Amino acid sequence: MSPLVSVGDAPTLAERGRDAAGMALVALLLGIPMIGLSTVDQGGALRVLTRWPLLGVFVAVAFCGRLLLRYALDLLKSRRQKRDRGRSAGAAATQAAWHGGRVIDAVGWLAFAVALVLPFVFADNRYFIDVATTVLIYVMLGWGLNVVVGLAGLLDLGHAAFYAVGAYAYALLATQLGWSFWAALPVAGLVAAVFGLALGWPCLRLRGDYLAIVTLGFGEIIRVVLVNWTELSGGPNGISSIPRPSFFGLPFAPPGDAPTFAASFGLEFSPMHRLIFLYYVILALSLLTNALVARLRRLPVGRAWEAMREDEIACRALGMNVTNVKLSAFALGAMLGGVAGVFFAARQGFISPESFTFNESAIILSIVVLGGMGSQLGVVLASLVLVLIPEIGRDFSEYRMLLFGAAMILIMIWRPGGILAHREPTLRFRGLRTEDR
Amino acid sequence: MALALQQLINGLTLGAVYGLIAIGYTMVYGIIGMINFAHGDIYMVGAFIAVTGFTLLAAFGVGSVPFALLVVLAVAVLFTSVYGWAVERLAYRPLRGSTRLAPLISAIGMSIFLQNMVQLTQGARVKPVPPMITGGVDLLTIDGFTARLSYSQVLIVLVTVVLLAAFTWLITRTSFGRQQRACEQDRTMTALLGIDVDRTISLTFMLGAALAAVAGVLVTVYYGVVDFYIGFIAGIKAFTAAVLGGIGSLPGAMLGGLLIGLIEAFWSNYLSAEYKDVATFSILILVLMFRPSGLLGRPEVEKV
Repeated sequence: MSPLVSVGDAPTLAERGRDAAGMALVALLLGIPMIGLSTVDQGGALRVLTRWPLLGVFVAVAFCGRLLLRYALDLLKSRRQKRDRGRSAGAAATQAAWHGGRVIDAVGWLAFAVALVLPFVFADNRYFIDVATTVLIYVMLGWGLNVVVGLAGLLDLGHAAFYAVGAYAYALLATQLGWSFWAALPVAGLVAAVFGLALGWPCLRLRGDYLAIVTLGFGEIIRVVLVNWTELSGGPNGISSIPRPSFFGLPFAPPGDAPTFAASFGLEFSPMHRLIFLYYVILALSLLTNALVARLRRLPVGRAWEAMREDEIACRALGMNVTNVKLSAFALGAMLGGVAGVFFAARQGFISPESFTFNESAIILSIVVLGGMGSQLGVVLASLVLVLIPEIGRDFSEYRMLLFGAAMILIMIWRPGGILAHREPTLRFRGLRTEDR
Repeated sequence: MALALQQLINGLTLGAVYGLIAIGYTMVYGIIGMINFAHGDIYMVGAFIAVTGFTLLAAFGVGSVPFALLVVLAVAVLFTSVYGWAVERLAYRPLRGSTRLAPLISAIGMSIFLQNMVQLTQGARVKPVPPMITGGVDLLTIDGFTARLSYSQVLIVLVTVVLLAAFTWLITRTSFGRQQRACEQDRTMTALLGIDVDRTISLTFMLGAALAAVAGVLVTVYYGVVDFYIGFIAGIKAFTAAVLGGIGSLPGAMLGGLLIGLIEAFWSNYLSAEYKDVATFSILILVLMFRPSGLLGRPEVEKV
């Protein structure tokens, strides 16, 4: 950090070459077994396939890439050092953080406005509305998990379990007992919350990574039970023809005997109505989640979550009931996940255990962490990024998950605290603003 | 009786493989305190290198099984440890010293990346390898059921025992082992004493990857099929094993691996094969409820 370091720091061309050659060697070793060689099945027996030219390209790219990357990084570093020497870094950071908070507020309201008018602008673009709905489902899941991970600081790798519980609860209530979407929504949420308590209870004494593996195991248990308990869940085939939500009793259907949505409002029937309605339902649900979480953060229970995240022992010493704090976080997070699951089941009309694998949990957790833990707008940005990468990649679909994995690593390295690492403090001394400190 | 003996043999074989992978998890956790989610996929890469290696050797007409095995083991260990090194260098080292969750997410990303890379470059189909080690010894016959110890099972247990002995020697007796243990205790202090911490961590990753590669080769020989998804399941099981035994503890990882192997073998035979994963995870949860730091883990003492 000291400016002294930069003197005579620039590596010579030979050093750069050697560095890049080392990288090329590693690339060669990495590439030989995976790119250079491959096996194909020919009539039951494997045959080796060689792709040396491709390997050559890979190694060359690694060499040039390393050379350029190092050069760019060095350039950036020296520039930053020159700039930092001029002014005190501390003051600049505080200034930026203060402005950051206001910018984030503005972006949040802007995003809200865009989300509100979006279906009118793209009213005939079915694909667009579908993707936007998917993004919102992840936003809601992310906000739910944010309570557990971001606020209470409990690492949960099995959030998809609650998503699954909500989805299956609605699917069963609707197909077996004929419940409507709106009646099943709170009940399914409660069922998920009960599951959250069931998971939270054995986890009370666990910390950190032990907790992570138990939540992961819980997620797998739920999935395996769903796959195998065929009488209840339909097994791997899942549950199909789940009723779609109606507009408060008015179904979205072509004109018939019963009053429909289109007929009642004097509109011409269009299948888009239901999609747009679904979009607004999930938008309302996620905004409700956001409002609830924002409100809870100002209540004693929310304060307790954040206090426990910072220091559990101190909380105990202050006489807080850590058991209740943990369980309430798990229950609320699970309930929100379950509500998202209900919506998912109603929107898809078909669910199977395939949709609730560990990958799903990993993606939801990534959304929370990539967004910046505890940041509500960060979750929105991260959901956008993580849903849009595979969508954009549809044209070269084999590469999209590869890209997805690489993007997760790169974003993390680029911003280890998440896209929006800055977070407004929940509490502040009256009269003292961040910039005065 | 014969059936139980057979399940004992199967369970121990499976457990040895889990144990080998679990050591990689536990060492990495011990030294930098992160869950290396990509470790299961490193094992999968090792298995794929084994498939390619065996196919290549067969194409060159190498008929001797011990020779082929040795060559493939060496090659797989070499290449896979490069993978271990690269994973640490690319995805974890830039994140050292940031929040605890950052390397975890990067590890999940790396796991997704490796899985899809292998699927892309090696194909999504299951790769069959012709059985190389056939035959075995019949141990016990009761009521028409014969408990059989196949030579490939002998090989797995033998290799695991030899590796464990070598590994214990490496960690407890050599200079590298001391450096490694020192880094586990206090990285800053170790650095102050003039030990290259980065190098030690890189070597730890390479060692873990090497053991995973051995597990990959052994599984390829044992089951004869490999696909790009095996890393995920084996990784989760091995990580469970590491936690069950007490993460950070080497004997614990092996013990946890054996326990999980046995639970799976007996549960799927006597109760139901479909719910064996439920049994594994339930037992894990039960154990952790009563011993929150695993079977052989030291209880965490917290100072305020």
